[in-house]
Amino acid sequence: MREDGIETSTISGIPLRPLYTSEDLPGRAEEYPGQFPYTRGIHPSGYRGRLWTMRQFSGFATAEETNRRYKYLLANGQTGLSVAFDMPTLMGQDSDAPTSRGEVGHCGVAIDSLADMETLFDGIPLGEITTSMTINSPAAILLCMYIAVAEKQGVPASSLGGTLQNDILKEFIAQKEFIFPPAPSMRLVVDSIEYCAAEVPKWNTISISGYHIREAGSTAAQELAFTLADGMAYVDACLERGMHIDDFASRLSFFFDAHIDFFEEIAKFRAARRIWARWMRERYGAQQERSWKLRFHTQTAGVSLTAQQPELNIARTAIEALAAVLGGTQSLHTNAMDEVLALPTDKAARLALRTQQLLAYETGVANTIDPLGGSYFIEALTDEMERQAEAYFKRIDEIGGVIPAIEVGFFQREIADAAFRYQQELEQKRRLVVGVNEFTVDDEPPIDILRIDPRLESEQSERVRQVRRKRDQAKCAGALNGLRKAAAGTDNLMPHILDAVRAYATEGEIMHAMIEVFGTYTETAVV
Amino acid sequence: MPTAVRPVRIVVAKVGLDGHDRGVKVVARALRDAGYEVIYTGLRQTPEMVVDAALQEDAQVVGLSIHSGAHMTLFPAVVDELKRRKATDIVVFGGGIIPDDDIAALKKRGVAEIFTPGTPLQEIVDWLRKRFPDEKTPQR
Repeated sequence: MREDGIETSTISGIPLRPLYTSEDLPGRAEEYPGQFPYTRGIHPSGYRGRLWTMRQFSGFATAEETNRRYKYLLANGQTGLSVAFDMPTLMGQDSDAPTSRGEVGHCGVAIDSLADMETLFDGIPLGEITTSMTINSPAAILLCMYIAVAEKQGVPASSLGGTLQNDILKEFIAQKEFIFPPAPSMRLVVDSIEYCAAEVPKWNTISISGYHIREAGSTAAQELAFTLADGMAYVDACLERGMHIDDFASRLSFFFDAHIDFFEEIAKFRAARRIWARWMRERYGAQQERSWKLRFHTQTAGVSLTAQQPELNIARTAIEALAAVLGGTQSLHTNAMDEVLALPTDKAARLALRTQQLLAYETGVANTIDPLGGSYFIEALTDEMERQAEAYFKRIDEIGGVIPAIEVGFFQREIADAAFRYQQELEQKRRLVVGVNEFTVDDEPPIDILRIDPRLESEQSERVRQVRRKRDQAKCAGALNGLRKAAAGTDNLMPHILDAVRAYATEGEIMHAMIEVFGTYTETAVV
Repeated sequence: MPTAVRPVRIVVAKVGLDGHDRGVKVVARALRDAGYEVIYTGLRQTPEMVVDAALQEDAQVVGLSIHSGAHMTLFPAVVDELKRRKATDIVVFGGGIIPDDDIAALKKRGVAEIFTPGTPLQEIVDWLRKRFPDEKTPQR
């Protein structure tokens, strides 16, 4: 505690000393970037060889409007696309489903069938860009839609680059967009990894995500530990399928949060690389170097932004983005200042992108590799992160693994406890958030926010009804039947889903065919 | 012996499709710690399910949470469903990412109060105490 009563532990509660010295790092061997265990980065040339990819997550309203935003972002120097889907799409239901009411196009773009996906990427050459798609339970369907759009553009699947989030475990743990029970959910993930290893070899088949775990209230160490534990659970599942570790490991990617506690975040990123490299080489016996390297995307912390004095969010985001860069991220999304209120306006979205450009081209921080490496404090904190993560791996093992731990609510309780502890620290003013519990103003001038036209929902509903009317019904029904049969067996489902997508079966119909076989999952709510 | 006054019962629910349950869980815990009887329904409750729960639990208050942007559809739908089931004595409040303009509109539609991110938990408790001054809220 500081003399003024403010906490001096990290935002995650790791106690810090006022000073770190060489005594904190006894007998330490020299580490180099591009060398095992990659604490200092996976590339020997750092950002000199290649800057991080500036990948702004974006999507709203209809495919047509989002397509316009993508072209705007690409014209402004963005180097990769990242699709945000609306809630019905994320939950595998069509825009005209009764429970989609009020949700269509609100927190992302509404995609119901291949027809919408064709519009979304109209005029964007899929062979020349990479695309990240944030979707989980229906991930296989959206990937198939992307492959089908590429086919129509004449781009072979083998040359497609991008990332599918496809991380169902963190859905059960934190974000809660699950549909099927854990076992068939894992089957779908392994199906897509297996399929892509053969057919879409440049695709990152999964983005194992700590972001949502952190945003749900976890500590940095929990984010690190739970995410890497999920990663190992996917590796185990692929090995069980009979795949060889070096055939898929290098296509696994990660996604972390960059929160506001600057040094803790940098330590977390460094520890993540080191832990993963060790586990992949030593426990899983991966032979190829590329299998040992943890590559990750970062998003600045949405949860750190405030509705109060929202312009402050520009400063917060810049600091968080700096932590991600100093931590060696491969790609980055910087939040817009108004995302705490609604989806970003064009102006706010551009400012967020400009923040990354400023870091890359004005500050000089990308010129030296792992510039904080060797700092007594950073190295000690990196070690501490690793120690805490390893302790969590033991606890998860004792429970029987990730899925049993989900089923008993272990992760959910750990996260809820951490979130509540942090909230109490705010209430007691042991931690301050500028503009929220200190340095407040009475009159907040309203800022412009993006509004979604309420007519959009009925228009999009009509669009999906039209798709259902116009398609070759026999072909569509046949493809869905084929999928249903395959789901009841053990075939890889990807070719069957691709057939259904090509026949313009809607997302909701494809999900429903699988739900008939797999059933759905309901969690026991833990408060 | 004084007549037993039952504590205020609050059904707390996540409506809509999003799974962001951090806020709702923190609020549920805080209300429970403040002595209220809190029933958390879990995720993806339709307005009909919320009202079912409120009636079954004999709740005086329904607290709604949403982060998907569908509040203008779903919050009034809960109020309407309460009207349809003749349970307008049940007080509805809500929280989530809700712009100022929408707050005014929601209040007109019968939502008693909206709490947005950054609200101190004590403010929510104080609001309930004012709303139900005579009810027993056992202190822990």
